[in-house]
Amino acid sequence: MSISSDNFIKLLKNHSFYNVAGVPDSTFGELFNKVDEDVEINYYRANREDTALGLASGISISNKNCCVLMQNSGIGNIINPLTSFNLLYNIPVLLMIGWRGYGGKPNDAPEHWIMGEKTEEYFKMLGIPICTFEDSEKDSKQIEKKLISELGSYDQSPNIKALIIKSGVIL
Amino acid sequence: MITRNEAIKLIMNKLEDDDLVISTTGMISREIYSYKDRKANFYMIGSMGLATSFATGIAISNPKNNVVIFDGDGSLLMNLGSVACTGYYSPKNLTHIVLDNYSYQSTGSQSSISKDIDICRIASASGYELVKDFPQFQERDLDEINISINNLSLYRIHVSMEDTHDISRVSHLPVEITNNFKSKIL
Repeated sequence: MSISSDNFIKLLKNHSFYNVAGVPDSTFGELFNKVDEDVEINYYRANREDTALGLASGISISNKNCCVLMQNSGIGNIINPLTSFNLLYNIPVLLMIGWRGYGGKPNDAPEHWIMGEKTEEYFKMLGIPICTFEDSEKDSKQIEKKLISELGSYDQSPNIKALIIKSGVIL
Repeated sequence: MITRNEAIKLIMNKLEDDDLVISTTGMISREIYSYKDRKANFYMIGSMGLATSFATGIAISNPKNNVVIFDGDGSLLMNLGSVACTGYYSPKNLTHIVLDNYSYQSTGSQSSISKDIDICRIASASGYELVKDFPQFQERDLDEINISINNLSLYRIHVSMEDTHDISRVSHLPVEITNNFKSKIL
């Protein structure tokens, strides 16, 4: 099951995420275009994931919620900023990462096989908490409930966290 | 050619109390810290190349504050994509100072490629509104550095290599730097 991009955007707004920085990913269906078009949300078209993270961090230190939307192939681009900046200076950011190559070979295109298998391990290695969205059997209400819980807890007490989202969860 | 330390001192003297400063990793942060430590200074001791995007996020979120980046040639060139992004969004309250000594001095003075790169044209082509190159910067040129909330600007100041043995490291813990800085933008 999945939730619609429109519903997801509603959830973002309900939890004061009016700023989003990202690099597109087909995992999220229509979400990127809709976030970009939304008049209430400031979407920043970063050209690489570390730029998205830098922008989001500048917004975050200014006491505004900001999330980074990206795909897992960009994780390599944010390792140095995460280790020598966000984790070191305690600058919160919510990462929403599309899970290309879920489960590894032979899922998805070959360039996603290795990262698809290792995605969770990167965050575990860095000690960054993750929440995965992969249970396709759950109904859309349950996905929504889980998202509300994640967005809500960030809004209450911002920290560095990664939501890792399988293709088809958000359409 | 002016020394980097001298250029930093001249520009720091020009700042108002509530101007927010983001300084890149290495000697630039250390020299700013040694000359004028302020709560509104964010010293980025790591994350080379991230100063541009971080400062841009701050500038967008605090449009009434001047935000000044003290960048180096190496750190600017490390993430040119950020320069394009900053130019595209053009926060008018951002002033980007590039202290260009054509080298990675903090790691042992290895040469960078900046001497043959027209950083000003890159900035200008990316959307920076006010761009100036200072091959021979002097005190009287300070008037041309316009730190204001009216223009996204970049100033490239060519600086000489200098002896940096006596410059102390930033002694604040990174989380203290965050908290100090946050106290100035609330």
